[in-house]
Amino acid sequence: MTAHSTKKHGSLLVKDARTQRRNNAELRFRAYGLTAVIVGILALIVLLVSIFSNGISAFQQTKLMITLELPEAKLDQKGQRDLDVMKKVTTIGYSKVLGNGLIDQLDRLGIATDLKDKDVREILSKESAATLRDVVLADPSLIGTTVTMEFLVNGRIDGYFKGRVDRASAELDKNVKPGQLDIADALTEHGLMYTQFNLDFILAPDASDQRPEAAGLGVAILGSIYMMLVVLFVALPVGVAASIYLEEFAPKNRLTDVIEVNISNLAAVPSIVYGILGLAIFINMAQFNQSSPLVGGLVLTLMTLPRIIIPARAALKSVPPSIRDAALGVGASRMQTVFHHVLPLAAPGILTGVIIGLGQALGETAPLLLIGMVAFVREYPAAFTADAGLFGEASTALPVQVFNWTQRADPAFVERASGAIIVLLVFLLIMNALAIFLRRRYERRW
Amino acid sequence: MVSLSFPFGVTLFLAVIGFFAGRAKATSSVNGNFRLLQALPKAYGQTVLFSTLIPASLLLFGWAFVVRILGPDFAVLPDFVFQGLVIAIATIGAGVSYHLIKPSQRARAISERWIMGLLIAASALAIVTTIGIVLSMLSESANFFRQHSWTDFFFGAVWAPNFRGGSELSILPLLWGTLYISLISLIVAVPIGLFAAIYLSEYAGTRLRSVAKPAIEILAGIPTIVYGLFALITVGPMLRDFFAQPLGLGGSSSSVMTAGLVMGVMLIPFVSSLSDDIINAVPQAMRDGSLGLGATKSETIRQVVVPAALPGIVGAVLLAASRAIGETMIVVLGAGAAARFDLNPFEAMTTVTVKIVSQLTGDTDFASPETLVAFALGLSLFVITLGLNIVALVIVRKYREQYE
Repeated sequence: MTAHSTKKHGSLLVKDARTQRRNNAELRFRAYGLTAVIVGILALIVLLVSIFSNGISAFQQTKLMITLELPEAKLDQKGQRDLDVMKKVTTIGYSKVLGNGLIDQLDRLGIATDLKDKDVREILSKESAATLRDVVLADPSLIGTTVTMEFLVNGRIDGYFKGRVDRASAELDKNVKPGQLDIADALTEHGLMYTQFNLDFILAPDASDQRPEAAGLGVAILGSIYMMLVVLFVALPVGVAASIYLEEFAPKNRLTDVIEVNISNLAAVPSIVYGILGLAIFINMAQFNQSSPLVGGLVLTLMTLPRIIIPARAALKSVPPSIRDAALGVGASRMQTVFHHVLPLAAPGILTGVIIGLGQALGETAPLLLIGMVAFVREYPAAFTADAGLFGEASTALPVQVFNWTQRADPAFVERASGAIIVLLVFLLIMNALAIFLRRRYERRW
Repeated sequence: MVSLSFPFGVTLFLAVIGFFAGRAKATSSVNGNFRLLQALPKAYGQTVLFSTLIPASLLLFGWAFVVRILGPDFAVLPDFVFQGLVIAIATIGAGVSYHLIKPSQRARAISERWIMGLLIAASALAIVTTIGIVLSMLSESANFFRQHSWTDFFFGAVWAPNFRGGSELSILPLLWGTLYISLISLIVAVPIGLFAAIYLSEYAGTRLRSVAKPAIEILAGIPTIVYGLFALITVGPMLRDFFAQPLGLGGSSSSVMTAGLVMGVMLIPFVSSLSDDIINAVPQAMRDGSLGLGATKSETIRQVVVPAALPGIVGAVLLAASRAIGETMIVVLGAGAAARFDLNPFEAMTTVTVKIVSQLTGDTDFASPETLVAFALGLSLFVITLGLNIVALVIVRKYREQYE
């Protein structure tokens, strides 16, 4: 068989060395390409898995059911159930009542522990005393009775049920004691401590550094919704009007050229630059309230405008000239042609662009950091108040809340931040699905 | 403060009333015989609506904004006088335009002229935004350079802000970190993005393409804060534990490498979708010619398609670079805060955008150079990215014309 290898030229059946080499190069090239595609998809999968595996547990929360007495002597000494007097009892007072209730409950169940009372009390979240106080102040008739209520447990105990904390790590951690984990196990056996779906993560406001278990996204979601409303009601009409003018009416001259180049450049300006603009003009010069959804919305509007105008112009351009000619031919003015015929036909494309632009605005963080939306806000912002005006009350936003939580020391906030990202991604998914649906359902091909 | 809701409410009310009144006058002036009118009755109503609403609201909102910017001292008119003025203008607009209604009036043309004015104003907003960006940064940067020497800013070597004074604020260490991270991200994104685009447009079958293309494009729709968190909690610790510490290169989880890798992933769809467009724009005849001469597919791509598409690809890479330079959240969470010149990619470094964020968040005093430097940094960033964009757009546009 040596005859083949000495031949200078190969045949269809036996390839010569050069063809072989070229074919190998071909195969290698294909392999590089396929690898690149796989790496891209893999990166997406790893990213999503990492976020979801860290964050999904934020939607679960460990709670403890306690049956406790509400002694009148501690909570309302005067016994008149006067709210103003009762408000003088602070959360510290309630914390003692609650702690004693827990210790009594352990005694009743026969759960023995060698922990100090203080350590037993710390099983409960620092937030739970405030919860109890709110319930009592809402219904003073509860005083003197025995109630059974659910309370949040401390973030470390919660972490124990989610696999973040174990006995070995508890030995090293000064914030949790192995004895507390024993109590938690015993309470679980009695069915009094359990992990359940955590609606408060979505609805409750943020909580301080010390109580990750109580932190929620309520204010952030509300702030994001306000900002999206501002963006929608300002950017949609202005963006559509601008694209109609540029696409349908603008004469081809220097000025419109400048505007066009300007818009494509604005679309590529780093988002943080818009934050600087917002800080300098809206906050420093115009004295709008810091951290307000109004300023955030206006900054995002300026950022989103070019990103709406570009696809809107493409949608208008894709409407065939014959439609315009027909309308003009039967005597419509140019304005009527556009508003009665071209715009309705381009609407699905324009809306798709608007929704995608809104999605980008929803996920944008950097400019909002500069206009002060990182502030710690616990009050739900009102849409309108006489003092602060429309959307003027301090608020935060979903992506900024994520950033905020990453800056905190307690590792439980990593779970919260990832959970917040899941919420953000769900919103984006809904918006993009809507955009795809609109495109599939209404878009015409000419 | 200028109160807005009352005068605007009155104006709006007048405008709506005016619309119906105008329409009714037009109809009654021809006794219901529309054919005698120059335009549809509603066009007459619209002329009243626009001439009531537009001048009055322009005055109202324009003046309110001017007063907000220049301060309440500038409000020379007492608020109630001003409100009266706005309402008076609205009333005059309504009255005059109502009075002018007659069958021979070219009402449609007039109301369309108002609409055209609104459309032009909307497009002008793009220019106003740019002017706003440039002016706001220029004025604050000028403030900064009055308090701090420009030679230190552009040519110094140390970034050491000190709020008690005597800060050294040089952009160079920040620029070094920015460029280093951008370089790593481009080294990741350009080959992967380009090869993925080539494979998907030249080799892949319809089924793979219909899955892989959207999947890669999803990467482009993910907010940057998500990438930032990914860098912070997954990529950073992984690089530290498996590369930096075993190799003895440092023990920091935020590093140039962390930010660069994650940013590279973010840029993959950007590079691939731009290159995809450009590769598809190369005429099929060029491929057919090369294949007809006996070249293999990969030889055709390497020696014909890519060289033909090269200017466009360079443009895409420049656009990606400008993205990387302006990116904020990934570097804030992944790169660290230490401004230094260093070659070790596993060391924490910082960027221009990180420092803009850190100088402008928290309690800031807008008179001190330590805060104002952020505006100078922002202006530099704006100029750099604008330059890259313009060059990239010119290249891409030239290239497109070549084949059209």
